[in-house]
Amino acid sequence: MSGSLYEKIGGEAAVNAAVDIFYRKVLADDTVNKFFEGVDMDKQAAKQKAFLTMAFGGPHNYTGEDMRRGHAHLVARGLNDAHFDAIMGHIGATLTELKVPADLIAQAAAIAESTRKDVLGK
Amino acid sequence: MTRITFDNASYDCKENESVLDCLTAHGVPVPSSCKAGVCQTCLMRALSGRVPPESQKGLKPTLIELNYFLSCSCIPAEDIDVAFPEAGKGRIPATVAGLEPLNSEIMCVKLNPVGPFEYRAGQYINFFRDDSTARSYSLASVSSLDECIKLHVRKIPDGRVSTWIHECLNPGDTVDISEALGDCFYVPGNPDQGLLLIGTGSGLAPLYGIVRDALLVGHTGPIRLYHGSLTMDGLYLIEELRQLARDYPNFAYTPCVSEGEAPDGFSSGIVLDVALKDIPKLSGWRIYLCGNPAMVNAAKKQTFLAGASMRDIYADPFVPAQP
Repeated sequence: MSGSLYEKIGGEAAVNAAVDIFYRKVLADDTVNKFFEGVDMDKQAAKQKAFLTMAFGGPHNYTGEDMRRGHAHLVARGLNDAHFDAIMGHIGATLTELKVPADLIAQAAAIAESTRKDVLGK
Repeated sequence: MTRITFDNASYDCKENESVLDCLTAHGVPVPSSCKAGVCQTCLMRALSGRVPPESQKGLKPTLIELNYFLSCSCIPAEDIDVAFPEAGKGRIPATVAGLEPLNSEIMCVKLNPVGPFEYRAGQYINFFRDDSTARSYSLASVSSLDECIKLHVRKIPDGRVSTWIHECLNPGDTVDISEALGDCFYVPGNPDQGLLLIGTGSGLAPLYGIVRDALLVGHTGPIRLYHGSLTMDGLYLIEELRQLARDYPNFAYTPCVSEGEAPDGFSSGIVLDVALKDIPKLSGWRIYLCGNPAMVNAAKKQTFLAGASMRDIYADPFVPAQP
């Protein structure tokens, strides 16, 4: 694991710092926050932490099928590329705010981007 | 080899096998998702036996204190007895020690449980009217300060349990309650942290317990309690809380009424708005929210957006029973 993206970004401490910042940006964004209304905020924050852990190259066991199943109800409500782009923007802005170097942000963004087809059910 | 007990059955846990893998291998359905100790879908509680600290990473301090753990990342080093979060509520007989009206609609019910009863101020119990009818009430008492446990029961029109408590219960009666439940309570540590507590109606009950618990163990940071009601009639314990504020300079109490003009010493407006206007930046604060579910859910979001960390927000919405 030495020198992995997850370690370079700062491991679990970085994810802990990122999740509040990221979730706050998402909730404040009127183009996507309708998908988060009425859900339990604690459960949602834990899921976002799991997602960020994966994007940061950390430990996870999510498959494409999990991503597909987990978002199908949102796709049915109109989740599309524009929303996915907005979330990608918030991940980038969160890492920039945490002063993560640009090349590492690009690597994390590439991992998050690789889930697009499954998240959007394409 | 360790043994895992779940629901009165015992299973051998292999070396390096997680509680989640062991239980699912034996046909016990445990919900799970990330299997990396992050998403908390596989949350369980240890009723006896210690769980390794790495299985409690990322959990709220109150959940850690109650021995909750993530079953996917728990490789037990000793035999443990586990349950799902909602299980193990039990039933305990208790004697009614007193009934005291707090205002026109809220009654303080004092109970003496038969036998030992452990709780933390701010948790709740289920109060049984009969085998199939129970309602949840928060604990306003502090175990080291109060002899009895105390509930604040608001009379709900046609409420099957609250009306019975208000009209039919007498001192000396024996009733059944559950063990103490819930994760909305004070955890020592960070004595300098600011505490913001917002409640409506009988949502004051757990907050009254939490405030006195925190002051008792020497919390030094600012403690700000906001209690909201439609009208003056709905407020209660006003003198007790004002006295507490005189005794402890780091504690302040702000009663709010949302309808009409508030008299001197009271704030007018929605309790959440009043609190956020006084303390607009909540970065680093610990938040407790109790009472009306619409207020609690709005407050959870607003206090988070105002800077409070998700793991520092404790909420107890009083969801009404379905008729």
